[in-house]
Amino acid sequence: MKNLLNEFPLLAVPENGKRLVYLDNGATTQRPFAVLNAVEEYYKKNNANPHRGVYDLAMRATDAHEGARAVVAGFLNAEPDEIIFTQNTSEGLNLVAYSYGLEFLKAGDEIALSVAEHHSNLVPWQRVAKATGAKLVYLYPGADGRLTKEEISAKIGPNTKVVAVAQVSNVLGLAVPIAEIVRRAHEMGAVVVLDCAQSTPHMQVDVKALDVDFAAFSGHKLYAPMGVGALYGKKELLEKMPPFLSGGDMIASVHEQSTTYAPVPRKFEAGTRNVGGEVGLAAAIQWLTALGWDEIEAHEQALMQHALAGFAKLPYITVYGDAAPQGRYGVISFNVEGVHPHDVATILDADGVAVRAGHHCAQPLMEYLGINACCRASFAVYNTIADVDQLLESVQKVRGCMGFGDQ
Amino acid sequence: MGINDLYNQIIVENSRSPHHRHAVGGATISLEGVNPSCGDDITLQLRVKDGIVQEAGFTGEGCAISQASTSLMIDLIEGKTVEEANQLAGLFFGMIKGEVTGEDELDALGDAVALQGVSHMPSRVKCAVLAWHTLQDALGEQA
Ligand SMILES: Cc1ncc(COP(=O)(O)O)c(C=O)c1O
Repeated sequence: MKNLLNEFPLLAVPENGKRLVYLDNGATTQRPFAVLNAVEEYYKKNNANPHRGVYDLAMRATDAHEGARAVVAGFLNAEPDEIIFTQNTSEGLNLVAYSYGLEFLKAGDEIALSVAEHHSNLVPWQRVAKATGAKLVYLYPGADGRLTKEEISAKIGPNTKVVAVAQVSNVLGLAVPIAEIVRRAHEMGAVVVLDCAQSTPHMQVDVKALDVDFAAFSGHKLYAPMGVGALYGKKELLEKMPPFLSGGDMIASVHEQSTTYAPVPRKFEAGTRNVGGEVGLAAAIQWLTALGWDEIEAHEQALMQHALAGFAKLPYITVYGDAAPQGRYGVISFNVEGVHPHDVATILDADGVAVRAGHHCAQPLMEYLGINACCRASFAVYNTIADVDQLLESVQKVRGCMGFGDQ
Repeated sequence: MGINDLYNQIIVENSRSPHHRHAVGGATISLEGVNPSCGDDITLQLRVKDGIVQEAGFTGEGCAISQASTSLMIDLIEGKTVEEANQLAGLFFGMIKGEVTGEDELDALGDAVALQGVSHMPSRVKCAVLAWHTLQDALGEQA
């Protein structure tokens, strides 16, 4: 991978007097000039309220909005009218939970989800379960953090109506066997809702090949601005679902006592949209995919292997989930024996190394793993082997700093 | 400020020290304090009689800052009146906010002054103040 650091203005600024080693990409990435400039261009040259004006400028804004939708559709191998712009993954998952879950689930139905789900793909389903009388059924990974075929067959059954899973866990970094899950779910007549927040930055996601029914992701984890994301839904499902939010722009016609809705996807896009963000998202997708997926995966895999090999030499480090790098994308969660993750993160920060510490919005998984919290190093295309070396060097200072005499 | 000034000997030792980690016999109040964003979670127990904090203890988990702060706080408040304990909490908040910096003024905080470094670390302030907020809430409920 060519050196990308000079394309990211924020990464050029020192942190605590040191070069910034930004390893919290699972939370949000930094943005390249390609994205920042595209957003600025839009506001300088093309900004108006799309769909609301007949003048030329409004047409250009509409083109920017619909052009971005086409780019997102291409990115996921979907049709443009199957792409709904959202604020983020959370909004996409909530849309499916309320417009699909509340509408089509009833008492006795089951919603199957992994215990590793981010709260965004868990709390909305808890609310749907409460409102409809449906039951939440959890899939538990094995000791290696991976879901087995047996667990998939055991938990997805004839009463399952929705299967909601993250393609890649934001804590374990492991990809779920999605082909297996989709096959079983469809055999049982359930729809599959895929949380792609942590997969889209690291692998090509083809919703047609996967045959998932819904897929949600966030722009900000994918080098795009905050406040924009997208939801894919199969058209026949989107068409039979009621709107999520309602109001301006999502209607065909409104009378005193009744309304007909716009066709999908506009039925699900109430109010003025974040067109600047959408333009930034399209630019980010174009920037990322121009690097080439093979190259991206090979580079991130090399970072991962280097980090895992380094951690394996440190007896006081526990890595969560199968420490083999196969099927692991972008994320390594770990703990340092005897030291609370927040203290680890503070000590790393003093060296300019930014990692996240906490429960990572996955408290049921923390409980399942028997821990309160952990540290997470997460990688992006611009990270380098030197970044991983700095992480490994700094992590070796932690126990000494906390008064353990083993170094 | 270097990282070893934050994690100085007093903090490191007190973060692991077991001497106040216990339930309190005849406790008159028990209150849980939680930092939901980071998972620090302590339960503070007090036995308050005749307006005096006779004994205090805690259980729970959290980072070194939160655990050391709790332990150092208990060192300080045992044997104090409720009013004195509340005043110490106010003084501690003043130190952490960076509003009270004079050595003489902070003298009453004893070893808890070792946490002064946190005043330069906004991300860790909530860890340092958790026990003290829990104390104030507990004493308020007691009253
Ligand atoms: C797996 C997963 N799902 C959902 C989310 C929620 O994303 P957002 O906060 O952008 O809505 C995240 C990230 O925070 C995530 O990692």
